[in-house]
Amino acid sequence: MKTKRSMRFIAALGALALVAAACGGGGTDFVEGELGSVTVDAGEAIQIRSLNAISGEVAFLGVPNENAVRLAVADFGPIEGHEVNVGTGLDDLCSAEGGQQAAQNIVADTDVVGVIGTSCSGAAAAAAPVISEAGLVMISPSNTSPGLTSDLEGTAGENYYEGYYRTAHNDLFQGQGAANFVFNNLQLTKVGLIHDGDPYTNGLTTAFENAFEELGGEIVIHTAVTVGQTDMVPVLTEVAAAGPELIFMPIFPAEATFIVQQIGGVSGLEDIVLMGADGISVENFMNLPESEGMYFSGPDTRFAENTNESTDINGAEFLTEYDAEFGGAPSADFWGHAYDATTLLLKAIQTVAVVDGDVLHIDRLALREELNKTSGYEGLIGSITCDEFGDCGAAVISIFQHINLADHQASKANILYTYPEG
Amino acid sequence: MFAGVSTAAPEVAKTRRFKFNWVDGFLWFIRVAAIITIVVGITGSIQKFAGGGGPSVEAWRDLIISSISTGSMYGLIALGYSMVYGVLGFINFAHGEVFMSGTMVGLISATILFNNGFWDSNPYVSILLVLIVAMITSMLVAVVVERVAYRPLRGAPRLIPLITSIGVSFFIQYAFAGLFGVAIRNYPPAPASLARDFDILGIPVEGTKLLVISVAVLSMIGLWYFVTKTKTGSAMRAVAEDKEIAGLMGIDVDKTIVTTFAVGGAMAGVAGLLWALLFRGVDFLTGFLPGIKAFTAAVLGGIGNLPGAMLGGVLLGLFEGVGPLLVLDGLGIPAVSQLKDAVAFAALVLVLIFRPSGLLGERLGSEERA
Repeated sequence: MKTKRSMRFIAALGALALVAAACGGGGTDFVEGELGSVTVDAGEAIQIRSLNAISGEVAFLGVPNENAVRLAVADFGPIEGHEVNVGTGLDDLCSAEGGQQAAQNIVADTDVVGVIGTSCSGAAAAAAPVISEAGLVMISPSNTSPGLTSDLEGTAGENYYEGYYRTAHNDLFQGQGAANFVFNNLQLTKVGLIHDGDPYTNGLTTAFENAFEELGGEIVIHTAVTVGQTDMVPVLTEVAAAGPELIFMPIFPAEATFIVQQIGGVSGLEDIVLMGADGISVENFMNLPESEGMYFSGPDTRFAENTNESTDINGAEFLTEYDAEFGGAPSADFWGHAYDATTLLLKAIQTVAVVDGDVLHIDRLALREELNKTSGYEGLIGSITCDEFGDCGAAVISIFQHINLADHQASKANILYTYPEG
Repeated sequence: MFAGVSTAAPEVAKTRRFKFNWVDGFLWFIRVAAIITIVVGITGSIQKFAGGGGPSVEAWRDLIISSISTGSMYGLIALGYSMVYGVLGFINFAHGEVFMSGTMVGLISATILFNNGFWDSNPYVSILLVLIVAMITSMLVAVVVERVAYRPLRGAPRLIPLITSIGVSFFIQYAFAGLFGVAIRNYPPAPASLARDFDILGIPVEGTKLLVISVAVLSMIGLWYFVTKTKTGSAMRAVAEDKEIAGLMGIDVDKTIVTTFAVGGAMAGVAGLLWALLFRGVDFLTGFLPGIKAFTAAVLGGIGNLPGAMLGGVLLGLFEGVGPLLVLDGLGIPAVSQLKDAVAFAALVLVLIFRPSGLLGERLGSEERA
C-alpha cells in the first residue's frame, strides 16, 4: 500500500513537472489557479477585447466607448514588453442575442484575458454568464442595471456573475438622485414612469419608483413602450389618464423622439414636465426642438481636473486626444468610464503577470482577485473602489436642464443638482 | 364470426351518431371565451370610467381619432397587398418596403423644401410636391420589382414568388440602409396652419390627422372609380378573374399586371406621406411593421377585396389603438400599451375564427383557395 501511494505521488509530481515544462519552458514556479491561465509567448501581444454597441440606433453609446478603450491601450503602453491588442471591435448590438453571440466568439479564443463591455445592460445579462464561465473578466463602462451587480445592500442581482465589474454607476443610485431632485427641487409628487422592457430602462424606472415612494411621492403609473414602436398616442393616453405632473422616461432616442413629438396631440398632457436619463441626453435627441426644457439625469462628466493614475492623462487632455484621433467630442457620457475600465484591467494584468524570460503568464483567478481588491484607484471618473459584486463606479449623478438647442455643451453645463448632495 | 360482425355494426353506428368533433368544439370554446373576455374587459373599463378613473372623454376622443388616422394609413398600404393578391394570387411581402422607399425619398424633397423656406411659406403646395415625389418613387419601385423579380417567375408555383418577395424586401431595406444610413431621420414639423385643431361637427380634430383621414378617403374613392369605371380597371378585374381567358379576350395581361403594381405602389406612396405627417421619423426599417400590419388589415377585411382592405385597415388601427385601454385595462393588466401589437394580431385571429374569409371576403371554393 505504502509503496503504491508513494508511486502515485511520484507519478503526479512527474505529470505536474511535465505540465509546467509544457507551459513555461523552464525555470519558474508559476502555478496556475483553478480558472486556468493565459500564456503570452515571446513577441506576442496580450489579447483583450472591446464589446460595445457600435452599430444601429445605439451606436452613439458604444462607439465612444470603443474609441476610449483604444486610446487607453495606446496611453498605457506595453506590459512587460508585450503589446496589448484589442483586435477588431466587437458589437453587442445592444441586445441579448448580440451580447451572447459576441461573448461566445470571445471565449472561443483562449488567449483573451479580459473584455471591456458591454455597452447595454441587456447585452451584458446574456454575455456575462458566458464570459464568467470561461474564467475571463469583463469590465463594463456603461451598464447601469442593478440586476448585474447588487442591490447595494449585500444581495447579488439576478444577473450577477463572478468576473463581472463595471465602472458605470449602479442605477439604484441614479434612481435615488433623480427621485430626490423631482421631489425636493421640482417639488412634484405625482410621477409617471415609462420604460421599454430593457433591463437598463426597467431597472432605472424601478429604482426611481422605490426611491420616490420612500420620499413620500406617488407613482401614478408605471408603463412601457416596445422597442421600435412609433405610435405613442395609446401609451400617452394611458399615462394622461393617471394624471402625473412629470414623466420620467429613461429610454432610448428612437422611442423618446416619437413620444415628445406626439405628446402635444394628447389631452391632459399639456403642462407635463418631461425628464429623461443618460440614454437620451445625446446629440440627435437634443437636436429636437421638442426636447428643449427637458430635464436629464446622468453621470456627472466634469472630469477635466481628474487624472488617471496609470497614464497621467486628465479629462481635458483626454478630450483633446479624442478630438485629434476621432474628430469631435464623444457622443455619449461614458468615455471616462471606458478609459478607466481599460486602464484598470491593464494595471491588474500588469500586477498579476508572472514574467518568465520572454514569456508572460497571466492567471485568471489572480486577475479576478486583483480587481476585487481595487481600492482608491484614481481614474478620470474619480476615486474607484470595487465592492464585492463588481460595482466600481465613482458615482456622482448630475441633473441638467436642456436650455440651449444650438449649444448642447451649454445645456449640459446647466447642472441644477448633483447627487450625493453637497 | 358473422355474429360478431352483426353485433359490431350497430356499435359503430352508435359511436358515429354521438361523435363529437373536437376541432369544432375547441373553436366554439375559443369563440365563447373571446366574447366573455372582451365583454368583461369592456365592462371593467366602463366601471372604471364611471368611477372617475381611466382616460377622460377628451383623451378617448383623441385616441379614437388618432387610431382612425393610423388605420387609414394601414388601409392604403393594404390596398397594394389586396390588389396584387387579387391579380396574381400571392402575397407581395416587399410591399412594406415599397411604402418605405416612398417616405424615404419624400424626406429628401421635404428637407430641401424646408431648408429653402418653401415648406413654411407654401405648406400645402409643399405637401403636394412631397406627395407626388413619394407616389412616383413607390410606383417606380413597385414596377421595377415586378419586372425584375416577379415577371420571370410568372407561372411558377405560388410559394416561389412569395419567398422571392421576402428576398426583395431585404434587398430594398438594406439598399436604403446603404444609401441613407441607419439613423432615424425626421421630416420637418407640420406647418403651423396644420398643427392647430379644426372643428368637425363640434369635435376638435387635429389638422394633420384630419388631412391624413381625408387624403386616405379621397385616394380610396379615386381608386374605386379607377377600378370599377375605367377600361384599365375592367381589364384588371378581368385578369383577376382568369388570366388566360382575359388574354384570349385581347387584354394585355402583362401590361395590366404592371398597372396593378403601379397603382398599388402609388397608394403605398400616399401612405408614405401620411406616415411622415403622423410620425415624422423614418429609417430603413420603417416599412417592416406597417407592412405586416397592412397585410393583417388586408386579411382582416378579406384579401382581394378593395373596400375590405380599407375597412380592415381602419378597424385594425382602432383595435390596436383603443383595444389595449378598452379591453385589457378593464381586465386589470398593467402596462397595457406595450401589448398594442399583440392586440392587433389577436384581433386578426379572432376575426378569422368568426369569419374565416375576412370581413368582406367571399367564401372561396377549395379549388380557388389551393
